[in-house]
Amino acid sequence: MGRTSAVDDALLDKLEILADAAKYDASCASSGAKRRTGGPDGIGSTTGAGICHAYTPDGRCVSLLKILLTNYCLFDCAYCINRRSSNVRRARFSVDEVVRLTLGFYKRNCIEGLFLSSGIIRSPDYTMEQLMLVARTLRRDHGFAGYIHLKTIPEASPWLIEQAGLWADRLSINLELASDRSLKEFAPEKDGTAIKAVMGQVGERIIEAKEEKRRFSPAGQSTQMIVGADASTDLSVLETSDTLYRRYGLRRVYYSAFSPIPEASSALPAKPPPLQRENRLYQADWLLRYYGFTVKEIAAGGEGGMLDLGIDPKLAWALKNRERFPVDVNSADREMLLRVPGLGARAVDRIVEARRHTTLRLEDVARLSSGLKRARAFLIAADHHPGGLTDRADLRQRLVAPPKQLSLF
Amino acid sequence: MRRVELKDGADLDGFRRALRGLVALGVGPDEVVWSVGAAPSLFGDAAPLPADAPPVSLPRPVGALIESVVCHRDPERYALLHRLVRRVLRGERDMLDHHADPLVHRLALLDKAVRRDLHKMHAFLRFHEVRDPDGAEHYLAWFEPDHFIVEATAPFFVERFESLVWTILTPVGSLQWDRRSLTVGPAALRPEGLDRDDRFAEGWQRYYESTFNPARVNPTAMRAEMPRKYWANLPEAAAIPAMIRSAPARVQAMIEAEAAAPRHRTPDKAVAAMARQEPATLAELNRIILAADPLVPGATQAVLGEGPAGAAIAIVGEQPGDQEDMEGRPFVGPAGQLLTRALEEAGIERDAVYLTNAVKHFKFVARGKRRLHQSPTAGEVKHYRWWLMKELSFVRPRLVVTLGATAALALTGRSVPVLRERGPMDFGDWNGFVTVHPSHLLRLPAGKGAEQAYRDFVADLRQARGMAKRTG
Ligand code: SF4
Repeated sequence: MGRTSAVDDALLDKLEILADAAKYDASCASSGAKRRTGGPDGIGSTTGAGICHAYTPDGRCVSLLKILLTNYCLFDCAYCINRRSSNVRRARFSVDEVVRLTLGFYKRNCIEGLFLSSGIIRSPDYTMEQLMLVARTLRRDHGFAGYIHLKTIPEASPWLIEQAGLWADRLSINLELASDRSLKEFAPEKDGTAIKAVMGQVGERIIEAKEEKRRFSPAGQSTQMIVGADASTDLSVLETSDTLYRRYGLRRVYYSAFSPIPEASSALPAKPPPLQRENRLYQADWLLRYYGFTVKEIAAGGEGGMLDLGIDPKLAWALKNRERFPVDVNSADREMLLRVPGLGARAVDRIVEARRHTTLRLEDVARLSSGLKRARAFLIAADHHPGGLTDRADLRQRLVAPPKQLSLF
Repeated sequence: MRRVELKDGADLDGFRRALRGLVALGVGPDEVVWSVGAAPSLFGDAAPLPADAPPVSLPRPVGALIESVVCHRDPERYALLHRLVRRVLRGERDMLDHHADPLVHRLALLDKAVRRDLHKMHAFLRFHEVRDPDGAEHYLAWFEPDHFIVEATAPFFVERFESLVWTILTPVGSLQWDRRSLTVGPAALRPEGLDRDDRFAEGWQRYYESTFNPARVNPTAMRAEMPRKYWANLPEAAAIPAMIRSAPARVQAMIEAEAAAPRHRTPDKAVAAMARQEPATLAELNRIILAADPLVPGATQAVLGEGPAGAAIAIVGEQPGDQEDMEGRPFVGPAGQLLTRALEEAGIERDAVYLTNAVKHFKFVARGKRRLHQSPTAGEVKHYRWWLMKELSFVRPRLVVTLGATAALALTGRSVPVLRERGPMDFGDWNGFVTVHPSHLLRLPAGKGAEQAYRDFVADLRQARGMAKRTG
């Protein structure tokens, strides 16, 4: 591969347009792939954990080259900058150009791999095939062992999605909106049933391939929901996630706060992004996946189907269930410790391990967890009892720092 | 007091040797002064420790912790590790689980700092493409780690960039990889003009700027993960201040901008385009199958169905075999020849039948020169089912005959005990007929039983012929 000749101004212009168009997708993770190396003839490796190679000033990490193959699109989804009726500049990469850019950046250690998505051009099948060809060329012709995440086009024929799964580490299908009604309203050409059918197909193949020790999207599948573009409540968003985790075995659901976009559609009000809501949904999602909470319990911490924006959902739940506290750090079971605000799963594991050796005092807990300030009111230790603190009416105020101005305005 | 001298940096070997000696002599942590580098110590004797002291056996996690902590810059690290080892040897074998112990806690912090530094070097090191005098590609990087981790990062970079020639320079040491061997070298100075003429580096900066969403600006979160000290060696970081400064104005402009009047465009065309995407003819479908990769690697080529579209009977076998794979045609091997003979005896012309397989690619294990056929898994059958169904929808036979259990599985979605259920069967969209696969007949030991089985097979085909006529 040549050097300067390989990249010209036209290609860099396209890169700018097609990176800009892809940035609204929240997923960027490169974790979950099996350990793999390209060896003496290939290039790259995956470590399993994934690496963030940079952070942009929005605090989000850059792990993959996240671009669209093209931002032309036949569809007209109101929340999307690439929709048919928007007047943005359009561009299109060839398969070879994406391959070249991926390898070039990878060799400079800028990325862990590629996250490729696309507007729908010509037909869903044609589009899906182009995506698949990029992955196949990287893997087969260049021995590329880095991470590849493909966004599947749900309307594409099932056999193309099957082929994509042979080369990709992860497949994702964006649901975008939690309810079928919103989908109909804002993404008229999309079909919620078709999206879920593909999730089902991919989920099934992943399980089969595991049983048969074959490669098929080994890092699983994920999806994204946009928050704040429609009227969905947090409760309905979380219910949808819960279903996706259970029924289709999704690895991750990403929540993306709807943000103002250039060339916005008049179907949606322009407004600042509900970042705090996105944040709370991620916290709730963790409680769902790793802390044994149910959607109902999480929602009960808030009001009217919306999470409490002022405090995290675990604290919200604890404040409403004070009769279950305080919890004795030296004897409580793991499940209950996980429900103590301020104690993360890692801290809980270390507490359980450490208390086999010693009776824990408050200063011991402080070494095991960084969230002790918050946990104190809910914990009993060898030298500590919160007394009436747990029941005080102003506990919430004591635990919550005065709200910080998070938005820009 | 005993003085132990170690080399600058992460002197794991030196520490290991010293430790063996100290343990052998029974010298405790309070009686040792660790001195690093050539710095002369004011007190203590540097009398050599015994060189042949036996190895100290430690639990694996303790060994791993030592390897990590010796990379730290903290001058106390060796003393702390010595205290740890002393306690472990005195009976606290799993003291590392006691996370609340002050010594364990302190070492855990050192370990964490080293790991973080390693991670940051893996992440934030940037290679620049330079040319060797002979014009060959060479990748060069400069990085400033906090701790003595350069050697510890080598396995990561060697594994990832094994096929490239590269050099990593740092103020505490350097690495060089020539695609075969690694050379660990001395400290270096920052090279000049690293990213001159590298269009990819320029592209990367433009990518970095484009991938930022100004509506989400949050520099605090960025700095938590990518502290300023790294920015100097990250070419893209030069753009950060301007990106932050211009963000509010960019967002305000987006919010104030009138929503673009949607051009009047109906979705009809889009929807129509979608409907047209599926293959419209058998030839188109076959092109797709030929272009697709086998689900299990190994096959030479896809073996397509063969025979006239509109044939009254479609026969579905299991999967191409060795010979079919080489020739690219279905039913040409021994089983195929047996099928041809049976069809003839049943009064069916082979050329008038549509012949295909449930799975389009040969699957085998190599055993010396031979390629031993392997049956497809249920998952593979399911994968190929899309194509089979589409294929049949183009051929439109009056009757679909399946040979063997795999083909029956493809048509019914369940496992069918073929010998028990052979005969007519409803395949949903198709009138169906289930019988054995001719390869089953080939496997029977020659004799009466085999002859009878063959006669039954011919009888099945004859019955199928009758059905195909009647349903016409
Ligand atoms: S299908 Fe919808 S969401 Fe996807 S690129 Fe097109 S307009 Fe955007």
